[in-house]
Amino acid sequence: MSYRVNGRSHSAEPWPGQCLRTFLRQLGWLGVKKGCDAGDCGACTVLLDGEPVHSCLIPAFRADEREVTTIEGLAKNGALHPMQQAFLDAQGFQCGFCTAGMIVTASSLNQAQRQDLPRSLKGNICRCTGYRAIEDAIRGVNNVEDDAPGQACGRSLPAPAGPAVVTGTERYTLDVAIDGLLHLKILRSPHAHARIRAIDRTAAMAVPGVEAVFTFEDAPRRLFSSARHEITNDDPDDTCVLDDVVRFVGQRVAAVVADSEAAAEEGCRRLKVDYELLPAVFDAEEAMCSGAPVLHDKGPESRIGDPKRNLVANVEWNHGDVEQGFAEADVVHEGVYSTQRVQHVPLETHCAIAWRDADGMLNVRSSTQVPFLTRRDLCNLFDLDPAKVRVFCERVGGGFGGKQEMLTEDIVVLAALRTGCPIKLELTREEQFIATTTRHPMRVAVKAGARRDGTLTALQMRIVSNTGAYGNHGAAVLYHACGESIGVYRCPNKKIDGYAVYTNNVPAGAFRGYGSPQSGFAVESAIDELARGIGMDPIEFRRRNVIRAGEAMVSADSLDDDVDYSSNGLDQCFDLVQAAMRQERETDRASPHGWLTGEGVALTMIHTVPPKGHIADANVALRDDGSYDLTFGTAEFGNGTTTVHGQIAATALGTTADRMKIRQSDTRNGGHDTGAYGSTGTVVAGRATQLAAEALHDAILGFAAEHFGGSGWRLEADAVSSPGRRIALTELSAAARAAGRELSAGGTFGGTPRSVAFNVQGFRIAVNPQTGEIRILKAVHAADAGRVINPMQCRGQIEGGVAQSLGATLYEELLIDDTGRAINPTLRDYHVPAFADLPRQEVYFADTSDAVGPYGAKSMSESPYNPVAAALGNALRDATGVRFDTVPFRADRVLLKLAAD
Amino acid sequence: MDLNTITDVVRPRGRDALPRWQDGDAWLAGGTWLFSEPQPHLNRLIDLASLRWPAIEADERGLRIAATCTIATLEAATVPVEWIAAPLIGQCCRAFVASFKIWNTATVGGNLCMSLPAGPMISLASALDGVCTVWSSDGGERQIPVADFVLGAKKNALAPGEILHHIDLPAQAFMRRSAFRQISLTPFGRSAALLIGSLSPRDGAFALTITAATSRPIKLVFASLPDGRTLQDRIASEIPDELYYDDVHGAPEWRKRVTPVLAEEIRQELSGGAAP
Repeated sequence: MSYRVNGRSHSAEPWPGQCLRTFLRQLGWLGVKKGCDAGDCGACTVLLDGEPVHSCLIPAFRADEREVTTIEGLAKNGALHPMQQAFLDAQGFQCGFCTAGMIVTASSLNQAQRQDLPRSLKGNICRCTGYRAIEDAIRGVNNVEDDAPGQACGRSLPAPAGPAVVTGTERYTLDVAIDGLLHLKILRSPHAHARIRAIDRTAAMAVPGVEAVFTFEDAPRRLFSSARHEITNDDPDDTCVLDDVVRFVGQRVAAVVADSEAAAEEGCRRLKVDYELLPAVFDAEEAMCSGAPVLHDKGPESRIGDPKRNLVANVEWNHGDVEQGFAEADVVHEGVYSTQRVQHVPLETHCAIAWRDADGMLNVRSSTQVPFLTRRDLCNLFDLDPAKVRVFCERVGGGFGGKQEMLTEDIVVLAALRTGCPIKLELTREEQFIATTTRHPMRVAVKAGARRDGTLTALQMRIVSNTGAYGNHGAAVLYHACGESIGVYRCPNKKIDGYAVYTNNVPAGAFRGYGSPQSGFAVESAIDELARGIGMDPIEFRRRNVIRAGEAMVSADSLDDDVDYSSNGLDQCFDLVQAAMRQERETDRASPHGWLTGEGVALTMIHTVPPKGHIADANVALRDDGSYDLTFGTAEFGNGTTTVHGQIAATALGTTADRMKIRQSDTRNGGHDTGAYGSTGTVVAGRATQLAAEALHDAILGFAAEHFGGSGWRLEADAVSSPGRRIALTELSAAARAAGRELSAGGTFGGTPRSVAFNVQGFRIAVNPQTGEIRILKAVHAADAGRVINPMQCRGQIEGGVAQSLGATLYEELLIDDTGRAINPTLRDYHVPAFADLPRQEVYFADTSDAVGPYGAKSMSESPYNPVAAALGNALRDATGVRFDTVPFRADRVLLKLAAD
Repeated sequence: MDLNTITDVVRPRGRDALPRWQDGDAWLAGGTWLFSEPQPHLNRLIDLASLRWPAIEADERGLRIAATCTIATLEAATVPVEWIAAPLIGQCCRAFVASFKIWNTATVGGNLCMSLPAGPMISLASALDGVCTVWSSDGGERQIPVADFVLGAKKNALAPGEILHHIDLPAQAFMRRSAFRQISLTPFGRSAALLIGSLSPRDGAFALTITAATSRPIKLVFASLPDGRTLQDRIASEIPDELYYDDVHGAPEWRKRVTPVLAEEIRQELSGGAAP
């Protein structure tokens, strides 16, 4: 047999059940990605005799004597394929993990298919962009602006990784070849709650190729939390690498290491586990009741709020007198708002490789948002010297908070330490659903009152958060749910009771918005009801009640004394949304005949940095060639921070961003970085980069004055100049080296003080009263992002956040049956938005500048997600007269509720 | 995905070369379902593509579609102009939740044999009075109407070792006016109800085929186009509640409510605007 790939012949033979995707990767064509391995996402698309196919579904033997073209084969004679160039020009990607498959698919479309992208792209999932930038690419739009020395900030510059992303050569976590690599597979619990009496590994060890089996008997007994926070005490220590009690279906039971995935899988199947079944509880309210099974009977050292009641944490907070406030109100709204279990669905599943190199350094290459905090806790867990452990990531294929956890690194390190061999773990898409994390499902009972004159008199919430089997992020998400969503409103009487509760479900964790989308859904729905109740326009009602610059933000979040509110961005966002909703645009869609229409808005406020410190170090150094080395810790997973850091440093150094040689997210580079979470990539790590670059700017000019004499030195794109003199940076660099001087500077930012950013979302929708289908006719989003460093990328963050939130608002829900088993852990059954599901959004920026962030920038990664469900629910209320208090607003549920009401 | 328990692939060149069916075997047609889920109970694949059945043949008797015919080949088929119901082919192909790329691999027979309620080839073939020809393991063959082939969700009339060989769609079925309606929870999602109506220009007979909403195809036949009330009553009386399918792609109660809505749209479309 002979296999021809991109014009090259390969003599290797696939094994009988192998699919083309893994065969191609085995042959070294690493541009072929795995998103789902089930034919749903399109990341593995290749051309087979010129026809696009999902290579994960093609039996590899069928490629025999046929021509396979992968993303690597599209470019010819060193020139990009026109579609690759188009994706580069439009910057039609964020994390880029879907891009290879997207470009291969797009390159194959005929004219008719290009006219019908909703259908033509239904087999390609992008979780980052919301598809607008992809549509732009296919339509030939150029979104990239030119750079100019010292003026990079404010321009839509392209991502440095772009050329590698569009050619399939950008390296993601598993896109490396490592000799002697062993594969790790995990046997997962079929039970929601059980004690493991014994595990018989005899048959597993007898499988040819199996090298080792690890069970709870082999793992450190030390408890930790998979959540990564700068302050370890933020999360309860309730988790073991391998435990003798399993608390959810999907929890690790044992790990098998073998020389192939097939052997490791077979080893897992042959393990004999003796379980003692324990009673399980899935509902958070039930789990708090006396008599409920206790999940974690642990002592105070675990820092669990109240283990006997399954409470990870609780909040009891009161400001003023809500009863008095309700008595003063002319209108009171009460409702219970429920949000569901949703998954991040990054296209790259969690994965990691660990190996010890010749120098004795333990390397961990991981798909993570938090390499530095992961190293810290690996060292704690396994008693390792931090100087001998390196954790790093290159480009990460999407995160959304789901990779602010240690879910793979601990087990690969355990196996690497014990076997002495390199170990790889790659989660399947099913494992991603059943065994990583989800958003915290919450039930929020809200009660709110207002006077007829438009004054808010009382706001009360009772929040029950289902944190699942482990408490990672449970407390912090609850606190955040109790924060900005009510802090944004001036109201004399507020009260919150909140509970984060253990249940025997897959653990919830960090997810874009971090509690705000859940409580915001309740609060913003209630505000809408109050406005309706007193007959006031909902934006007008909000304008009267939101806090103004200088006013205190009063909420259960007591950690906001370092938050500065200095701009009037929220007012501008209201103006922008109001004006846009009135204006007709060519992207507006008409309502089908006979459908009901309505409009809705909602807002969100977010602290630009998480509380309690978020630390970033950066370093900038002049290179011999006159360009700069820029080193920082924050990770790139499609958020665009790499581009932004280059722009910030270039601006401070009076040069262009392409002169920055960037190294990032690698503990080996030194320094510290809390991590790429909490929307901090620009406002914290970027601030550190700004400080470092400014310090280097001064150091270079100081050296110029000292070495070359004279005064009035200025830094230019590639030189320093003073009146009448100009010295190239290459020359200055050589002079510095000769003088034994290193021209480099560091910068550090500790994440305080902080600021606030705002978003306002507006929708016009149509609802089919006979079927419950919802169609979005117009989607408008206004953001106060301070001074926008990269408008194209920031717009992309907003569109992507809104898109992801629309998925959660309209479609997505990880369903669990009454035994704790996931019903729909595949992308076929868990529908994330495809091209056809999303509107083309209008995005507007307020014209503000932040006093705290780098060059006036604010954070803008999470917050666009937050107001979407409420704005859509408010539009649904407007259209139908019925208040929908449970997401997702699936057509079947909409119709059945309309029928019931 | 890799099917790591598979140790052997048999690629027979003719019926004679088909191996004796045994536990752990699976027929491999397109493989788009087989390779989309773990199959740890399987150890051998028997590749039907190796048999090289003629994919599709249209003549005056009708359309003969090999079980191994890909969706893309079916979609691109040329048929006589007087087959006025032929647009149903494209409509049903587009009703796949899978993209056009999967059409290059997935097969018509595979879709029938999966026997999922939302299988659009089941909708197409049952609406067009399709008949399956099945190869039995003793070397014989038998015919069975598509409507009787699919027995329920993931259940069909094939015995272990039997192979669906081809489907015949009679020409007469194509010579009827047709109307197509489909709904799902998302714009191009998996069908939660897929209804096809057809009206004979010859004798005025009307047939309504209901799929996806129900766990197996339901065909309602009328001597002439009924009025709205009659149609609704017939649907209500012939489809018991338990037949409405329950999965993540739509609540059964919703499928029950939207089915008559789509049926009425079909009735109105076929009445040519002058609904009785």
